[in-house]
Amino acid sequence: MSEFHDPSNVLNPEHADHQIITPATYGMVFLTLLIFTGITVGAAYVDLGIFNPVVALAIASFKAVVVILFFMHVKYQSNLIKLTVAAGFFTFIVLITMTMSDYISRAWGLW
Amino acid sequence: MDNAIVATRPHTHETAVAAEHEHVALPQHRHHFETKEQQREAATFGMWLFLLTEIMFFGGLFFAYLLYRNWYHDAFVVSSNQLSIPLGAANTAILISSGFFMALAVWAAEVQKKSLLVIFLVLTTVFGVAFLGIKAVEYHEKWEKHHIPGNHFDVSEFINPPVNPKTGKLTEKPLAPDMAQKTQVFFFLYFAMTGMHAFHMILGIGLLFWLTWRANRGEFSAGYVAPIENFGLYWHFVDIVWLFLFPLLYLINRHPGY
Repeated sequence: MSEFHDPSNVLNPEHADHQIITPATYGMVFLTLLIFTGITVGAAYVDLGIFNPVVALAIASFKAVVVILFFMHVKYQSNLIKLTVAAGFFTFIVLITMTMSDYISRAWGLW
Repeated sequence: MDNAIVATRPHTHETAVAAEHEHVALPQHRHHFETKEQQREAATFGMWLFLLTEIMFFGGLFFAYLLYRNWYHDAFVVSSNQLSIPLGAANTAILISSGFFMALAVWAAEVQKKSLLVIFLVLTTVFGVAFLGIKAVEYHEKWEKHHIPGNHFDVSEFINPPVNPKTGKLTEKPLAPDMAQKTQVFFFLYFAMTGMHAFHMILGIGLLFWLTWRANRGEFSAGYVAPIENFGLYWHFVDIVWLFLFPLLYLINRHPGY
């Protein structure tokens, strides 16, 4: 063992144990995604006024989170990976909000 | 040296396993990683850093959509209703199925079932190709209706919408000529966003052929699953982009009254 490394960090790294996700879990996720695809299509044909985009995007976000957590294994990853994923989306939201700061102060949708 | 399995700690279980699988001349454990868990995490970390650049990249397109949809809302409503919900919904289901088989492929690699891995990779490819096939049908329809932005773009249908023969009412709200021109902005974004998404899928299908070929040689059936796992991350990311494109382009402007 190299003396330049902290042995405790090597032998007890903080990463989560590698966990194999079973096909049953994937099947549940698959069904959930299909059901919510059906719901979002159905909701599109109902006139909800300004809530149509809200509902559609909420369902899409929910589906994306399910894919990220289970299909992309983020639920079972180390804190380093979780933080990396979260930092990316957080940075993206900051960029959008800052760029929109002028537009959202106008009469939205009425130009 | 490059492809050798370097044992950092002799007389461990890993070394014994590596000795058993000496015929697999793969970099299962590079010498600059202390443990194979560390190597695996580094690979996942690197893949996610790449995907974050992809979030920013697609994010720019989504931002353009957000802004122009508010500027030219009426044009976006009418042109969005030109897209076929049945085709879009079918493609969403097809892409989710493709992602499901990709997830199963990662599982098959992890439990070291070679033939299952190959089968799942092939199924992932089949559904990916089916998605692109439907996309081609949709693009062709836009071509025939002159809905591709440019000199030949046809706005007449948006200024004088056809009458629905059943109800006797207009199928869409008529647009003023200047707003009708802005339907091109919608279709430009439609082709830019779905085109860039399709380009990612074409690259992905190319990689799938390569991975299937390697899987068939047994390269991922001895505990070394990083290429399958990281390609899975890429494929699922492309799925997620579509999960947002589908409602934004196809769904949110439907008006049941028309």
